[in-house]
Amino acid sequence: MNKNNFPQGDAFRRELDGRYRKATIGQTAFLSALLIAVISLTALLYNIVDGAFGYTAYEYKIDPSTITSKPLNELSQQELVDVLKTNLSKGAYNKLNNEQAMEKRSQADLLSLVLERIIRIDTKGVWSLTESLFHKADIEAEIAEKYPDAKLEFRTWLTMSFLTTPMSSRAEFAGARTAILGSLWLVGIAILFALPIGVGAAVYLQEYAPKNLLTRIIQTNINNLAGVPSIVYGMLGLALFVRVLEPFTSGKLFGVTDSNGRTILAAGLTMGVLVLPLIIINAQEAIKAVPDSLRQAAYGVGATRWQTIWHHVLPNSIAGILTGTILSISRAIGETAPLIVVGASTFITVDPQGPFSKFTALPIQIFNWTTRAQPEFHAIAASAIIVLMVMLLSLNATAILLRNRFQRRL
Amino acid sequence: MRNALTTQNFRPFNLTKKSRPGETVIQSLLFIAGVLSIIITVTLVYELGKEALLFFNNSDVTLAKFFGTTEWQPGVGKYGIWPLVTSTLITSLIAMLISLPLGLSAALYLSEYASPKARSILKPILEILAGIPTVVYGFFALLFVTPLLQSILGKDNIEVYNMLSAGLVMGIMILPLISSMSEDAFSAVPRPLREGAYAMGATKLETSLQVVLPAALSGIGAAIILGISRAIGETMIVAVAAGSGPNFTFNPFQAAETMTGNIARISGGDLSYGSIDYTSLFAIALMLFLVTLALNLISQYIVQRFREQYE
Repeated sequence: MNKNNFPQGDAFRRELDGRYRKATIGQTAFLSALLIAVISLTALLYNIVDGAFGYTAYEYKIDPSTITSKPLNELSQQELVDVLKTNLSKGAYNKLNNEQAMEKRSQADLLSLVLERIIRIDTKGVWSLTESLFHKADIEAEIAEKYPDAKLEFRTWLTMSFLTTPMSSRAEFAGARTAILGSLWLVGIAILFALPIGVGAAVYLQEYAPKNLLTRIIQTNINNLAGVPSIVYGMLGLALFVRVLEPFTSGKLFGVTDSNGRTILAAGLTMGVLVLPLIIINAQEAIKAVPDSLRQAAYGVGATRWQTIWHHVLPNSIAGILTGTILSISRAIGETAPLIVVGASTFITVDPQGPFSKFTALPIQIFNWTTRAQPEFHAIAASAIIVLMVMLLSLNATAILLRNRFQRRL
Repeated sequence: MRNALTTQNFRPFNLTKKSRPGETVIQSLLFIAGVLSIIITVTLVYELGKEALLFFNNSDVTLAKFFGTTEWQPGVGKYGIWPLVTSTLITSLIAMLISLPLGLSAALYLSEYASPKARSILKPILEILAGIPTVVYGFFALLFVTPLLQSILGKDNIEVYNMLSAGLVMGIMILPLISSMSEDAFSAVPRPLREGAYAMGATKLETSLQVVLPAALSGIGAAIILGISRAIGETMIVAVAAGSGPNFTFNPFQAAETMTGNIARISGGDLSYGSIDYTSLFAIALMLFLVTLALNLISQYIVQRFREQYE
């Protein structure tokens, strides 16, 4: 458009209409970017839920009816022990008995043993929720043709027993109990390490630090640490906590002899270092939000610096600090890469006993199960993801509630 | 006789000289907490550097081999870093091609168009996307996006593990970062600039693209650089969906292992300290650290240096 020749009459109309049309197209384009984000999120959640439920076709190596006349899950504890005794070889039975005395095992535990060792379920196919709902006839036809002996059953992979049973090499019996406990241990250690140090550093930087080069370096450094890829923290953990500090992290210093450095403690400290910058930055923001008039008032009546911080600054910023901490916890709980590097085990059936145990964690199991070829493992990976997302969601909801309360007060 | 307060007998309390050992101890502890972050960085560089030096000091490894050959298999004496670098760059490039236009558009919509009500619905969705653990994105990439791509492009044209699906999903993961950083930049552009444009008869689109966007360019630049840094350092999506095994290729339909994916796979196995595989991981990690550090520093520098001063 020539500036000196402003269009007149019809030309002006056309020009204006064109610009309005462009404006509408632009707005639609911008909105569609957000719609793509919404669609992606929906697809992701759909994909997870879709995987955690659905039909599964399976065969038994030994039909349960040849063992007992009653349905398996109605057998009493004693009857289950008898079934195990008669159907397992002597050596195998004794081995199980040595691990934990048969009489002391729960009915559910015995039942899963019977299913796992004697009946030996063999999954022939797994279908997603959508397929199960809309293509039921096709699935039935396919099963009837390929595996006439197989039973078809709608299975909810995410069940109470999935949460409470330990790991198993068979997806059908595997649970997330060891992984959930491992994750809780890790986060606990990480927070115990990072929270006091992080808040301390934030208080120092906001309340004490003089405006000099060192302070500037510390501040820049913290911002940079927050941007270091998590896997690099994993390498730090491997070199420092697993290897150099092995006597400490393996518990040798405390008389624990049966482990190497790849323990919950080493992984928890690695996580602690990883979330430390986040905690510091969030705590700094919270402390910054405390109005200066509060500090001036405290100084005015003769309080010392620490008294001012302890009695006025910290109580008024505690909600913000906690919000930041919760967000850091939710970061730590979903972090996978550093745990792989530090040496999480992918298969453990015993609960973590203390900081010097070997460990696994929820995201590690999700990774492990996702990368397996068999579709039944994808189903339990989806279930584990639901568990993880529910944990994250409740953490974030707590953080939002805290934030709202915090905003009202100041 | 009354004791008159005169200049001779007046002694003010000397508050400054009173020693407060408790306060000093607390202040020193807080100082240590503050300095710890520097200690962590120094330890990080020292540990990575020490092991990486062991790798490069190995008589078999030369810089010519490291940067001059295209096969990475330290266990059998192949030290060309390129296959890992190219796949890292390709997945990051795909991720940025997705997240940059989408993130900027989303940010423009949120800051210029959306009503407060629409914002309060749309913003949390981006926050949820930002909070999803990357391993979940990996699951999504392998079990949803890859089958989808296979059904669109044909099973023969795209491998089960491929860089495209990892890159696409990584783009979705980075989208919230780009959009929230650029939205901050947009909302820092003062209102009068927009009002000026409107007064001249500009449409909303013209104002957004020709006034707000240029004024926020430095913030956008910082967001882009931080996004790249995030993409390069991202591990779980590529470890799950991009394939295992270094592969020197520029074809996004093929499987190839990135730097981070390589670290995750090798360190997941049984690794003996001091072996060439072990030290090679530190060499890769050091490269990752230096690259992301440089990017983060540049991003911070841009934000500080080029922030438009309107007041």
